[in-house]
Amino acid sequence: MAERKPDEMGYYDQEELVQIDYDPPRSGWMDTPVDFRPGSWIYPGKPRHLEYLGLANPRQWSPTDDDWQLPPNWKEIIFEGMRERLDKYRTFKIFMDCCVRCGACADKCHFFIGGGDPKNMPVLRAELLRSVYRRDFTTAGKLLGRFAGARELTEDVIKEWFYYFFQCTECRRCSVFCPYGIDTAEITMMGRELLNLLGLNVNWVIEPVANCFRTGNHLGIQPHGLKDTLEFFADDIEEITGIRIDPPINKKGAEILFVTPSGDFLADPGTFTCMGYMMMFHELGIDYTWSTYASEGGNFGLFTSHEMIKRLNAKIYAEAKRLGVKWILGGECGHMWRVVQQYMDTMNGPADFLEVPVSPLTGTVFENASSTKMVHIIEFVADAIRNGKLKLDPSRNDHLSVTFHDSCNPARAMGFFEEPRYVINSVCRNFHEMPENTIREQTFCCGGGAGLGTDENMEMRLRGGLPRGNAVRFVQEKYGVNQLACICAIDRATLTTVCDYWAPGVQVTGIHELLANAMVMKGETERTLNLRLEPLKEEPEGDDV
Amino acid sequence: MNVLVSFIIVIFLVLLAIVGVQLGGLYILFGAVLPYVAIALFLGGLTYRVVSWARAPVPFRIPTTCGQQKSLPWIKSSRLDNPHDGVGVLGRMALEVLLFRSLFRNSRTELKEGSNKVVFGPDKWLWMGALLFHYSFLVIFVRHMRFFSEHVPSLTLLLQGLDGFFQVGVPVVYMTSFMFLVAVTYLFARRIISPMVRYISLPADYFPLFLLLGIGTTGVLLRHIFKTDVVGVKELGMGLLSFSPVASPDLHYLFYVHLFLVTVLIAYFPFSKLVHMAGVFLSPTRNLANNNRERRHVNPWDYPVKVHTYQEYEEEFRDKMIKVGIPVEKE
Repeated sequence: MAERKPDEMGYYDQEELVQIDYDPPRSGWMDTPVDFRPGSWIYPGKPRHLEYLGLANPRQWSPTDDDWQLPPNWKEIIFEGMRERLDKYRTFKIFMDCCVRCGACADKCHFFIGGGDPKNMPVLRAELLRSVYRRDFTTAGKLLGRFAGARELTEDVIKEWFYYFFQCTECRRCSVFCPYGIDTAEITMMGRELLNLLGLNVNWVIEPVANCFRTGNHLGIQPHGLKDTLEFFADDIEEITGIRIDPPINKKGAEILFVTPSGDFLADPGTFTCMGYMMMFHELGIDYTWSTYASEGGNFGLFTSHEMIKRLNAKIYAEAKRLGVKWILGGECGHMWRVVQQYMDTMNGPADFLEVPVSPLTGTVFENASSTKMVHIIEFVADAIRNGKLKLDPSRNDHLSVTFHDSCNPARAMGFFEEPRYVINSVCRNFHEMPENTIREQTFCCGGGAGLGTDENMEMRLRGGLPRGNAVRFVQEKYGVNQLACICAIDRATLTTVCDYWAPGVQVTGIHELLANAMVMKGETERTLNLRLEPLKEEPEGDDV
Repeated sequence: MNVLVSFIIVIFLVLLAIVGVQLGGLYILFGAVLPYVAIALFLGGLTYRVVSWARAPVPFRIPTTCGQQKSLPWIKSSRLDNPHDGVGVLGRMALEVLLFRSLFRNSRTELKEGSNKVVFGPDKWLWMGALLFHYSFLVIFVRHMRFFSEHVPSLTLLLQGLDGFFQVGVPVVYMTSFMFLVAVTYLFARRIISPMVRYISLPADYFPLFLLLGIGTTGVLLRHIFKTDVVGVKELGMGLLSFSPVASPDLHYLFYVHLFLVTVLIAYFPFSKLVHMAGVFLSPTRNLANNNRERRHVNPWDYPVKVHTYQEYEEEFRDKMIKVGIPVEKE
């Protein structure tokens, strides 16, 4: 057998991986240097992507190099960057000042639970930045030094920032428990913005950003490629249902612009979810259009800088305006909805050229989206189901026992809990919740969000995925759950690995895949295959689903 | 080490006060000058801190939502954990500030040794300890108001009555005095006992706890053992308030220790983590409504950024688009 590498799941022995030493090291955290071991960090951004985007300090480098080739005035850049952000963000200022280190957040982070590295306690992750802030921006820190938790900014501190700010998935679980609402995602975002000023970022984030800027989506799919993809899906749909769908692309005057994460175009099981959208739109007769220019709902700018969020997100409104649609519908995605909910309107609005979203089927006015004019597809379809607009046969999903993973961002940036559950319960009959400490606002991250879902980071992904994987295995053993539903493209990609490792036998699915399998379409032939082109009725010797 | 440093500093402060008044006779310094300086630092420092927070803009509305959003009319939203309007926010903030709502959610998460089972347990101790500490501190603070006015405020009288409800001892033992000491001891003990919390604790975390322990202990001693001259203390308090301080040498030196530790606490407050008292009100993940898609939030420093326009995009891909029949702007 070939030697396994640290970027493969099989490299990690499960029994070894869970031998976690939660006892902190003997040396204090300020005196414990970071160890860049393979499997725990991500390759740096390639210079050509940085150049394309006009970002600072493009060069070839590696975190294992002694010399990171920082600009000569790097300290000045960091201090100036911190000063600017302290003046611009109340969050940053307050989160730097208010922490009492009560430790309530400590065991709330999936990376800490699965890894035991004390600097993955949210409180210490923030202290990495706070210690520098105190020394250079507060009187007490200047006067009292280490007594007040202040330390000097050195290259080692920068290395530590890089390691730990790219070991945070910005999931915000800790912020639910913090008595002052300190949001580690905000701290990590500031940390990453500062690192970007020195040209320090990871390729798994920067390449998608550069792709998205140029081609409209993270994967770099060009317009003709997108058309091909959608037609390929239409072929599969025709094979399954006998119905031919002609996906409208860049169609001017459509009522609705549909935007979804590009992960849905490329990788299973996201592709099945994408087919599900197409079937639902067709069945309901929605006048909508795809866009090749705004072909990405996700926004890896969120994992780069606020400016980059805005640069990428601008396309959605611009395209809605160009095409003359009335409003926008968004697909199943996690961080995309954080951006839509909390940043889009502020950054690129007001969307006064659009209309308040109204469902063309039910007449329901989506008042909760009356300013941003963008509706979540699950809100939309829940309303359609509620009003009896879809014919559903949930028994088609009877071979599935389903649980639902609340994706971090819809959970903690929106409070999107009942809508997906309503849809799931309408399309399948065996639904089981995971333990309450692991769902809704307390949901656990997949371990690969915020641009960390790449293979060279495999050890951290498996560790970070442990709490989620464990909860999945719990319902697998207790209720025979074999399907994990989610509404996030990153989840659909990364939870597949998490389940294969921690709860083998459980498959990951988007809600629209479940929906489309249960949906009885007008004029369809008798279904014998599900969207994965697997036989609907289980064969006696069939596989383990 | 961090513990020791803080402990030594507080012991040093205690000795400083004793030496100051006993050997140096610096009653005016410890009884009047330093308290004035401390109050000035407190008011100035805290105002500066709060103003600097308040002046920093809130460019984005990023509440952490902890309950169901308000969306479709047939879905019940969670008004307090995910408020969509000002009233809901007030409720959420009240729960946070008065009852420590977020801390109440606290749980203990452990990986069962040698297995891969993550187990969760409720953990309300920190919440209880924090609540006990803050409320007993508040009651004690209000009780002390009797030293600052001729007529004892009615709230003080009321709390005093409740606090000494069991009528034990002469003078009556106040429950909160002991609750306070128990709570501070608990907060200290968990910092020492839990390896995680010990690891994250700075000297600046132990120092206020030692100060508070010192203040509480000297307070109890003064009331029950040394039976300090309450009238003298009241003269000092009212004198301070009317800017004609009288610091009597007849007061027990332990009283000056007590007062000095309080003075240090007040002066230290605005320059330390203790500002969380004010900061919690301004925390943007808690004090904003989750109604972003309904009401546009404006970023005061918004600026235009470099985008990739549709025209630039079509320019690059036009031929390919035309070839597969995707409509274009410019044939």
